[in-house]
Amino acid sequence: MKVMRLQLALQIAILAIVFSAAGRAEGAPALSRGGLQAKIEYCKNCHGLSGQGYRGFFPIPRLAGQQTEYFENQLRAFIERRRENRFMYSVSHVLSPATRTALAAHFRTLNPKPLGGASRQLVAAGRKIYDEGIPETNVPACLACHGPDAKGHEAIPRLAGQLHDYILSKLVNWTKERGLDSSNPDTSTVMAATSHAMTRSQVAAVAAYLSFQH
Amino acid sequence: MKPVRSKVAVVLVIVASAVPALADDTESVRNCTWCHGASGQGYSPAPRLAGQRPQYIESQLKSFSEHTRDDPFSRQYMWGAVAALSPRMGRALAIHFSKLPAEAANDGDRALAATGKTIYQDGIPDSNIVSCAACHGPNAEGVRDIPRLGGLSYFYVKRRLKQWGEGYHAAAASPMPRIASTLPPNVIDAIASYLSFVK
Repeated sequence: MKVMRLQLALQIAILAIVFSAAGRAEGAPALSRGGLQAKIEYCKNCHGLSGQGYRGFFPIPRLAGQQTEYFENQLRAFIERRRENRFMYSVSHVLSPATRTALAAHFRTLNPKPLGGASRQLVAAGRKIYDEGIPETNVPACLACHGPDAKGHEAIPRLAGQLHDYILSKLVNWTKERGLDSSNPDTSTVMAATSHAMTRSQVAAVAAYLSFQH
Repeated sequence: MKPVRSKVAVVLVIVASAVPALADDTESVRNCTWCHGASGQGYSPAPRLAGQRPQYIESQLKSFSEHTRDDPFSRQYMWGAVAALSPRMGRALAIHFSKLPAEAANDGDRALAATGKTIYQDGIPDSNIVSCAACHGPNAEGVRDIPRLGGLSYFYVKRRLKQWGEGYHAAAASPMPRIASTLPPNVIDAIASYLSFVK
């Protein structure tokens, strides 16, 4: 018994060292400047020349002005398959941590006009939900975390100017796509209850409102 | 007298309310099928129109009219073909062809199809080559004004990808010239081969 407990303690200690070392270590360096530039352009082939997003077969989200911590967290989530997306897994698992940081920093600086396209008629209802939440169903005011200007903070994403159809699709499918490693729960759990509590038309209204914010 | 008059009235009402639809032998349709094939499946330099996204057909007609799409065949044939085409008729033609059943060209290199499929679906991230499926759909079906690629002729797709890489222009706001510039010849061959077999 004592031996087994010792072995387990040793294993846990080793894991702790390995994981903390991974967190502190730089890992592989970022690409060369030419390499990084090529990688940025690669991202922009789908996400838009100014990171404004694009409506392909799937809505491809705006990256411009995104919080760097959120950006990097999502890339890690794709790589670790906690967040499932075939295209994003494919492009992100070849990126070193330093490159991911450099990409996040670049997209943070971009600030194009929103892509638009939502129904203006939904905006008023969407603003009300964003600012006040939906008390009847325990949906908190989005602005409490995402900010009155919807620009987010640290790990909380910017929503301002995001594609309305992207927001709708993500919220409606939240738990199907995120937090998929139950042994490794992540920050996506914050949104799980909220996304379930909102009706589709409530989500559409908030999404429309957010899509016009700049 | 009364029954005949009411029968005549019924016939007149039916004729008057008939929506002018384009038939295969409508003159404007025949102007297209000369080159694009009697059932719109494509022929030599002219791509298949059958089953194509109507918004895409319309956007291409516009790009011919505005001379933004400038590859040699477009310049030689399509600029003149649309010179007298009204937007309204262009839309009617686009809708007409979009509804025709499409056949796959099956003229690519079968040996390259599997590789082409992988590239089509997932791109080649290490070479900064995007997934085509992200925009053109998992079955190359297209959406809105993004064209259906499934079943297009290997020779047509290859030619277009090469041309964009050489600097020819697409319709306004299309990302294809930029994307095609990243594709080496063997990747183009593989993708175009794969697509020619997609139903």
